Amino acid sequence: MGALEKVTDGSLIGKRIPKKDAPEKASGKTRYIHDIDLPGQLHAKILRSAHVHARIKSIDTSAARAMPGVHAVITAADVAQRPIGVAKDHLPLKSGLVRSMRDEIAAVAAETEEIARSALGLIKVDYEPLPIVASAQDAMKPGAPLLHGEDLVVPGPDGKPLVAHKASLDNVAMVFSYMQGDLAKGEAEAQVIVEDVFQLHYVTHCCMGVSGVIAEFDASENLVLYSNTQVPFLHKREFAEMLGMDAGRIRIIQPPIGGGFGSKLDIYPFEPIAIYLARLTKRPVKLVFSREEEFLASPTRQPVLLKLRSGCTRDGTLTFRDVETVHDNGAYTSWGATTPFVMMQTISSLYRVPNCKYHTRAVYSNNPYAGSFRGYGNLQATFAVEAHMDRLAESIGMDSLEFRLKNAQLPGEVTPQGMHFKSCGFQDCLRVAAERSDYQRKHCEYRADWSDGNAIKRGIGMASMLHVGGGAKIYPSDGCGTILKIDDFAHVTLLTGASEIGQGSETVLAQLVCEELGLPLSAVSVVNNDTDITPWDVGVHASRTTFIAGNSALGAARKAKDKILAAAAAKFAQPAEALDLRAGCVVEKASGKKLVEISKLIRSLHFSDKAELVMTTYYYEPPSQHQDREFRGDVSAAYAWATQVAEVEVDTQTGIVKLVKVTGAHDVGRVLNRLGIEGQIDGGIVMGQGYALTENLIIEDGVVSNPSFRDYKLVTAPEIPEMDVAFIETMDGEGPQGAKGVGEAPAICVAAAVGNAIYNATGVRITALPFTPENVYRALHSNSQPPVWIDAA
Amino acid sequence: MSANVDIEFRLNGVATRAKVPAAMSVLDMLRDLLGLTGTKYGCGEGECGACTVIVDGLSINSCLMFAADCHGREVMTIEGLASDPAADRLKKSFVEHGAVQCGFCTPGFVMQAHHLRGKHRHLGEHEIRRGIEGNLCRCTGYKKIIEAIADTGAIAG
Repeated sequence: MGALEKVTDGSLIGKRIPKKDAPEKASGKTRYIHDIDLPGQLHAKILRSAHVHARIKSIDTSAARAMPGVHAVITAADVAQRPIGVAKDHLPLKSGLVRSMRDEIAAVAAETEEIARSALGLIKVDYEPLPIVASAQDAMKPGAPLLHGEDLVVPGPDGKPLVAHKASLDNVAMVFSYMQGDLAKGEAEAQVIVEDVFQLHYVTHCCMGVSGVIAEFDASENLVLYSNTQVPFLHKREFAEMLGMDAGRIRIIQPPIGGGFGSKLDIYPFEPIAIYLARLTKRPVKLVFSREEEFLASPTRQPVLLKLRSGCTRDGTLTFRDVETVHDNGAYTSWGATTPFVMMQTISSLYRVPNCKYHTRAVYSNNPYAGSFRGYGNLQATFAVEAHMDRLAESIGMDSLEFRLKNAQLPGEVTPQGMHFKSCGFQDCLRVAAERSDYQRKHCEYRADWSDGNAIKRGIGMASMLHVGGGAKIYPSDGCGTILKIDDFAHVTLLTGASEIGQGSETVLAQLVCEELGLPLSAVSVVNNDTDITPWDVGVHASRTTFIAGNSALGAARKAKDKILAAAAAKFAQPAEALDLRAGCVVEKASGKKLVEISKLIRSLHFSDKAELVMTTYYYEPPSQHQDREFRGDVSAAYAWATQVAEVEVDTQTGIVKLVKVTGAHDVGRVLNRLGIEGQIDGGIVMGQGYALTENLIIEDGVVSNPSFRDYKLVTAPEIPEMDVAFIETMDGEGPQGAKGVGEAPAICVAAAVGNAIYNATGVRITALPFTPENVYRALHSNSQPPVWIDAA
Repeated sequence: MSANVDIEFRLNGVATRAKVPAAMSVLDMLRDLLGLTGTKYGCGEGECGACTVIVDGLSINSCLMFAADCHGREVMTIEGLASDPAADRLKKSFVEHGAVQCGFCTPGFVMQAHHLRGKHRHLGEHEIRRGIEGNLCRCTGYKKIIEAIADTGAIAG
C-alpha cells in the first residue's frame, strides 16, 4: 500500500457477520461442560424424592457408603446449609418435608457415574406421605395443607439461629399490586366492557445441553466452579453467602453454554450439592443431569391463571384494564414468582390505558417451581391483553388494526408507570406488519368464511409487544465492564463481563469495537467466561447484552481510539479531530489519506522512552431508574417493540392448527449484525410456536408425566412457518450505534397472534393454552369448559 | 456390571480396537472411552439427533446402538469430517448462513446433513426439512440450518 493511498470505510454495521465461534462449534471442537473432565474427578448423582409431598422419617445411607468406588454420600444431616433462591425458602438437601418430586434428599460422589447411580439405589428413605396440593387453586382453599407453614431457621453467619424465610400461613409466596389512574372512573367511562379468564400452561426451556457443574477446591480452599450460569458475578456473591466463605475466593468459569433462555439465572440445588461433595472429598466433582432429570428438575415457565376486564369507548379509546392473576409458584420460590414485574409493564404501558389495576399472587403448591424463561411473564400477559384488543375492536365494530393504532404508544411518551419511550417504533411496527401480511383484507375475508362448510379454515391474527430493550435496573447496578488491550500487532483482546449463551454477543461486541478502531473482525479476540479475568457484569438476561455490554465495549474502544489518535496527532502535527482510524490505519478524516498503520504507531508508542501500551477500561451504567415501591420508574434505558401477524390453517375436524406464516416487524433500534438478529428472531418465533401449539409439560398431582422429548413435543424442521421479518430502525439515542435489545422479543407475541388467528378462522375464542389438537377440537365442538377464576381465599 | 466385548472397526477411516462393556452405547464409547466429544448427549433415547453418527453409510442415533455392534463396521463422527473437503463446504455453509447459535445440536445436524447430501440426488427444501426432522434445535428455529444445507446441495447426483 503506497503512503498516499486512500483507504475505504468498510462499515460492519448492519452486515451479515458469521458468529465468531461458529467454526469451532460446527466442527464439534467446542468443549461444553459435558466434554470437560478434570484429573481426579468424581461423578455425582442426586437422589430425589419418591413422593410429591411427604415427611422424611429416616434416611439410611450405610449400604451406599459401603459400596466400592463411593467416596461420599451426603444428606441434609451432613452439611451446614444456607438457603438458596429468590425468597430464600429452599435448602439444597431436604430434611423434614419434601415438597415436590424433584426434591433432593441425598447425593453420592463416586469413581464413575454408573457407581454413583447404583449407590443411589442403596439409599433407603422412609416417608410419611402427606396430602398433595396439586394446584394453586387447591393451595388457596380453606384448610389446605401449608407448604411453608413454619419459619425456615438456619445457623446465621454468627452461628446464632437466623430466620431465613418467614412462614407462609396462607400458601401465598409473593404478592404484587399496581394501580394507575382511577379504575372506577375508567369503568364508568367505558361503553363496552369485556372479561375473560385465561389459563397459561407449564412449558420448560429444553436447552439442548443438559444442566451440569464441576466444582473443585484448590489446596488453599479456593473454589473453582465450572458453571453454565448466566449470572456469574451475582452467583459468586450468592455462593459465598451460602457457603459462608469469602466471595473473593470463588472463581466461576463458564465453558460454552448449550442454551440458556433464562434457565440459568438462579442457583439450583445441584450446584451447592456438587460443591459440598467437592469440599468433602477434596476432589473435583462433576454433576451432569440426564435428559429426564432435566425435565423433572429444571425450572419451568410460570403457569398463570389470569382474569382480565377491559373497557373502551365506542370511538375506540381504552378507558381501563383490571387484571388479577394467580401464579402457581410450585414448591419453592425462584424467579418465576417475580414475572409480574414484566407482566405489569405490558398491562399498563403497551397501549395507552389511563386507568389500570393489577393484582397478583404467587401461590405455593407441590408442583415443580418456575424460573425465568425468555420473555419473563410477557408471553402470558401479552396473550391476554392482545386477545382483548381484538375482542374490544370487534365489540365496537372497529377494524382491529385501527383500534390498535389509536391506542398505541408514540415516541416521547411517559407512561403512568414512569416508562419513558424515547425511541418508539410501535406504530410503524403495526403498519408494516399489517401491510406485509395483507392483514386487513385477509382478516375480513377469512371471517366471512366461518359458515362456508369447509372443514379447513384459514385465519389471521395480530399481536404486539413491549419489552425492555436497554437493560433492566433490578439490581443496584445494571452495568457491564470492559477491559480492552491492543497489542503490538494491532490485535485487540476484549475482556467483557457479558456472558455468551449462543446469542452471538461475542460477535456483536467485536463488531462494535472494530467499527470504532477501524480494524477487521479477525483482529479481535473476546474473553467472556472467567470471573477472575473479566470485569463485572450483572448477567445475561433481560435482552440487555447488546445494549449494555455493547455500550461498555464502545466506551473502552473510544478511549483506545482517543489514545491512538492523540499519539498520531503528535507524530504528524495534525489535530486529533482531523484524524480517523480506518482499515487498520490512521487516516486523515477528510481525504482518507493513509498516514500510518495502527500497529506501527502502537509499536512506536510501546518501544519509546515513554514505553506506553494501549489498554483501556470502561464501565457502562445505563441512565435508567430503579422502580419505586409502587413499581413506578423508567426501569430500562430503551424499550423494544414488535408486531407479529400469524396466519393459520385450522382443521376443524381434527383440531390441528398449522402455523402457515409469521410476519414480524420489530423495532430493534438498529440492526448491528443482520445474520445474528435474524437468527434471534427466527428462533424466538419458533419457540413461541412451541408455546402456542405443541409444548406442554403435563403435571398431574405434582408428577411430571412427560419428561422426555418423545412426549414433550418441540417444534421440528418440517413444521416451521414461513417467516417474513422487517426491521424498524428507530436509531435509539442511547443504544450502541442506535441498537436496542432483541433477545426475548420475538418469542413474546406468537401465541397471542395465533389465538387471534384461530378466532379469525373459526369464530371460537380459546383462552387456554396450548392449542394442541385435542384442546382445539374440544373447544370447537363445545366440549370444553373455559378456564374459571378462583373464588376461594 | 456387564461383560466386556473386544471389537474391531474402522473409526473415521482408522482401524480401531476397543474393549467395551456389552451394554455400552456407541455414544458412550465415543465420548468416554475414545475421547471424541464432538458427538453430543442430548436425550439418550433417539429423540434429539445430537448424537448422530454415520455407520456403514447410514445415519444413526449413537445413543441407541450398542458399541459392541460396531464390530466390523465403518463409523464416521464429526471429527472424521475434518479431512473431508465436501464436509468443509458444508460446515462453512453452516457458519456463513448463521445456522449455529449455542452450537450444541450443530455436530448432529452437520452429520445428518452430510448423510443427506450423499443420499439424495436432489436435495431441495422438502427433502432437507424431512431429512432433519429427527434433529432438535432450540436456538435457531431451523430456518438458517435449512438454508445452509440447501446452499451446499447434494453430492450424490
